[in-house]
Amino acid sequence: MELIVSLAIGVLAGSGVWLLLRPRTFQVIMGLSLLSYAVNLFIFSTGGLRTGAAPVLEHGVPGNLAQHADPLPQALVLTAIVISFATTALFLVVLLASRGLTGTDHVDGRERDG
Amino acid sequence: MDHLTIAPIILPLLAGALMVLAGERRRRLQIVLGLVSTLGLLGLAITLLLQVDGVAPGAEAVVRVYRLGNWPAQFGIVLALDRLSALMLLLTAVLGLAALTFSLARWHHAGVHFHPLFQFQLLGLNGAFLTGDLFNLFVFFEVLLAASYGLVLHGSGTARVRTGLHYIAVNLVASLLFLIGASMIYGLAGTLNMADLAARIPALAAEDRGLLEAGAAILGVAFLIKAGMWPLGFWLPTTYAAASAPAAAILSILSKVGVYAVLRLWLLLFGEGAGASAGFGGGWLVAGGLLTIGFGSIAVLATQNMARLAGASVLVSSGTLLAAVGAGQVAVSGGALFYLASSVLALAALFLLIELVERGRGVGADVLAVTREAFGEGEEEELEDEEVGVAIPATIATLGLSFFTCALLLAGLPPLSGFLAKFAMLAPLFAPGEGGVPATSWALLAALLLSGMATIVAMTRAGIDAFWAAPDDAVLRVGVVEIAPVMVLLALCIGLTVGAGPAMRYMEATAATLHAPAGYVRGILSAAPGTRGGSP
Repeated sequence: MELIVSLAIGVLAGSGVWLLLRPRTFQVIMGLSLLSYAVNLFIFSTGGLRTGAAPVLEHGVPGNLAQHADPLPQALVLTAIVISFATTALFLVVLLASRGLTGTDHVDGRERDG
Repeated sequence: MDHLTIAPIILPLLAGALMVLAGERRRRLQIVLGLVSTLGLLGLAITLLLQVDGVAPGAEAVVRVYRLGNWPAQFGIVLALDRLSALMLLLTAVLGLAALTFSLARWHHAGVHFHPLFQFQLLGLNGAFLTGDLFNLFVFFEVLLAASYGLVLHGSGTARVRTGLHYIAVNLVASLLFLIGASMIYGLAGTLNMADLAARIPALAAEDRGLLEAGAAILGVAFLIKAGMWPLGFWLPTTYAAASAPAAAILSILSKVGVYAVLRLWLLLFGEGAGASAGFGGGWLVAGGLLTIGFGSIAVLATQNMARLAGASVLVSSGTLLAAVGAGQVAVSGGALFYLASSVLALAALFLLIELVERGRGVGADVLAVTREAFGEGEEEELEDEEVGVAIPATIATLGLSFFTCALLLAGLPPLSGFLAKFAMLAPLFAPGEGGVPATSWALLAALLLSGMATIVAMTRAGIDAFWAAPDDAVLRVGVVEIAPVMVLLALCIGLTVGAGPAMRYMEATAATLHAPAGYVRGILSAAPGTRGGSP
């Protein structure tokens, strides 16, 4: 379980960083999205990973706090998702404005010479 | 509980929300709301500062705690107001008022939603300075960044959109790094409350320490990107130069938010009481700060454009602060805080001033022309009659004198507060003590003197170009509302010079509290049981 999650985070973050360093704005925004997925999974996993645990209560066992996952990372990841979604949407608008004003989708607003 | 602590967050939030409801058409209402809110913030900041300053350093009451939802500090989110927060609140309010007044002359109708964005910017800044919770700090960072994206793009135009794109991309990555760092620290320490973290870090197991330091380092990178430390700050001069003058003035405190976060968290989490991790990363701060000063000085000398010169001066000032904070001495930090106040005011004045000077030279005018084109000439024409303002006699003399004052302040030449700040930082480093003076002190001395020289050379050159060159045919028209904020900001710097005694005493008390965070930690954690209603 830990291996799968960490591999998933690693692959997402790696592809995100690679795309982020590309010269086209669309690639940058995809990279940012992938990177934010990686970060969200990472935050989520700081609450601890368990397999085969009961969703809320074990049958016949009185509930106690140790059975539940830590709820705080879940609250944090929700906030992080909302914020990164909003800022990505804003970035998309700026990207389109830049495309319209400069006529190119290069991140520097002009094609490299030669 | 005492609800005054949360007022600096609530007031701009309400004002901004009302402005959005009022809509763009009722601009007069928006202006009134903005002025009322910003003046209110100034009043609040002064009140809070005086209240906080009333208690002796080291006492329990050195920090005022506001528990949101009245949860105990370990479980809920707290706002914490101490001397440093109060100082930053006051600086924000002063800059906010100056930038808003300046924008009323013409900039505020160069695009849509300037006034609400401005209020949300103040909300984010105030929140970031007040919060005592790491994740809450992230949320307020995002609020202030989201508003600053809008302000940087305010006025539109190719140059702004192009640099805005870089600015947003860099800051989105920084925010992701912030999240990684914060969640790593939470995973290890099990809390996000800054004071609680400080209390738990010394007790961490030795094998977790590497992970904690990695998390703190990632968090530090996120803050240092905002502060513009070399090599993370290449976005800063271009963005600041492209932003409209009032936006740039408020941005000059934005880079200090990163410095504030480093100052607050580094001294709290890795101060002397942090056990094995004490002083972690101090060397990096000093080295990074020195390199930033070096890079900023070269950038100051290399640039032809006045706005970029101001942007590069922001780098120099950030570098100076980081290096001084990294030195980790109480007296040096006191001087650094004095430098922070002086340089923020001077830089904001410079950004506003540059716009006025460039207008006469027709260089900045082309940017404004693009803006007018984009947002319709009609509106501009219609408002022309009431907005032009009187042409001040000897405008150039006033502007020149202000520019000269800015140069003295930024270069740190006597007799103004810039010199006093640099002296206050350097004097404790060379105080007679055991074991001689370390090499880093000499390096900092050299960096400060050389950066001061670079600044004075560059600003003299720019000033000669701007003021002594053959005058244009066009009469330079500057409204009173435009020159007044610059004069007020510079007058405050002169006030800092004249009142350096009480100001330094306040800064030293602030630094003493920061370097001995036990009172701060106790103050927040002991506020646990909720007192229902009533006064504290």
